[in-house]
Amino acid sequence: MAGTRYSERGDHIETVDPVTVSRYRGITRLNHWVTAISLIVLALSGLAFFTPSLYFLTGLFGGGQTTRWLHPIIGVVLFFSFLLLFLQMWRLNLPRREDRVWVANIGEVIKDQEEKLPELGKYNAGQKFVFWAMTILIVVLIVSGIMIWQQYFPDLVTIPTRRIATLVHSLAAVGIILVFILHVFAAIWTRGTLRAMTRGSVTGGWAWKHHRKWLREVAGRQNEGPAE
Amino acid sequence: MSDTAPQPTTAAANPPVQALEGNLGPAAVVRSSAGGPVSTEPAQMTKVAKLIDISKCIGCKACQSACVEWNDTHPEVGVNTGSYQNPHDLTPEMFTLMRFEEWVNPDTNDLEWLIRKDGCMHCEDPGCLKACPAPGAIVQYSNGIVDFIHENCIGCGYCVTGCPFDIPRISKVDHKSYKCTLCSDRVAVGQGPACAKACPTQAIVFGTKDDMIQHANGRIEDLKSRGYDNAGLYDPSGVGGTHVMYVLPHADKPSIYSNLPENPSISPVVEGWKGVTKTAGVAAMGVAAAGAVLMSLFTRGNRVAEHDEEAAERLVETDLKHDGRGES
Repeated sequence: MAGTRYSERGDHIETVDPVTVSRYRGITRLNHWVTAISLIVLALSGLAFFTPSLYFLTGLFGGGQTTRWLHPIIGVVLFFSFLLLFLQMWRLNLPRREDRVWVANIGEVIKDQEEKLPELGKYNAGQKFVFWAMTILIVVLIVSGIMIWQQYFPDLVTIPTRRIATLVHSLAAVGIILVFILHVFAAIWTRGTLRAMTRGSVTGGWAWKHHRKWLREVAGRQNEGPAE
Repeated sequence: MSDTAPQPTTAAANPPVQALEGNLGPAAVVRSSAGGPVSTEPAQMTKVAKLIDISKCIGCKACQSACVEWNDTHPEVGVNTGSYQNPHDLTPEMFTLMRFEEWVNPDTNDLEWLIRKDGCMHCEDPGCLKACPAPGAIVQYSNGIVDFIHENCIGCGYCVTGCPFDIPRISKVDHKSYKCTLCSDRVAVGQGPACAKACPTQAIVFGTKDDMIQHANGRIEDLKSRGYDNAGLYDPSGVGGTHVMYVLPHADKPSIYSNLPENPSISPVVEGWKGVTKTAGVAAMGVAAAGAVLMSLFTRGNRVAEHDEEAAERLVETDLKHDGRGES
């Protein structure tokens, strides 16, 4: 019967009346929130060093010295936390043909006319963009970040390289904060999405409207397994 | 006691005997890192400078010893690696260092032993101050001295990134950045820098910048009369001039003096990072955040309709029935 072309093996119909569909298991949600909290801490502490007008944010972490010490450590935490998320999510985030149509008709999505667009698997092109942008930026940030990690890698690279690393790090940081804003905004604006990362499930209507191929596949295998 | 000390005009200037207040406090700050406090009406002091005449240096390291003694630092006991240079680099405990270079002059085929006293150049336009993210951690006084205010330093190392001369060193002990202060704590009370005072050949002299340039010109004239046609003053304009200057016998090639930069300036990468990246970055993030908040508040949002829920129920029930018939 139905395979796992558009869904993860663990995704399943949770209840039938009303329909709810399990989208993320508990461990994935925990993984997501560790990553999210790390990113917020990194953004706040990093912005303090980015511009003097936000230096006061160091007060949240107990002063400039502590913030300077904490920021790269949380960076390492985020890197490994995101790596685990990446391993769970990369397959269904690979680009597919329907993504192009979706992007070309992004106006219909904003106008709430998704009926006119092709049916989608677990992720739409916007979600895929967030996923890959995060992936690339996190790699850039960890690499450039280690190059400028004064406490443990003071002599890893030459000073001219370090200048470039610092510039790249700040540009990538601005980029990831913009992607973060987009991610949070989209999750809130598209009602019914947040519960996927809190309770782990979405309503059948949400799945039907936004990720119909995913729903079809999950529904199609609901009685599979060693039932008898 | 409200009187402040007069500015020292020579290295050997003895301090006034009566107790006076230092003149390099917050009132003398004209520039401060990351928007730190500057004096609204800074005491206008004469620009000072230290002049290091390489042709008169004998490499005795009295300046290094005096620096260690005055600043009460404790450099590690070093090891010999075949050079008189010791320690081998500037450290958080060694603010000045005699760099030894053996150079064969291609014109005369003579071996010349080039000894340069390295340390902070006290740039008029300091790259460290520009790069520093901590308000008030790096200041410049109206007499030109660039000083690190350690209680505000966070140890990030951005000053290392900003400095065109590779001078600041971050301590592994207290995670703060250290460099030559031009003995700001001595100058503040009317004394010349410790290194200049200790120098037995007066290769290091100290005074107002104008006096030092004048003194250098006399030295350069003398050197030229002795066959050093390219003798000159090192006061690089790329950083707005410096408050530590060299008389170089071969001023046409500063790099032979242990890689003294030919034409130092704050790197355009650092300028770009602290300039357009910061401004445009803050603007982009601000606009995006404000736009997201406004759109969340004032647009309806994408909602799931009742007919979507019904469609999902029909789909799930149909699939259940199919499976119930055991078609597979």
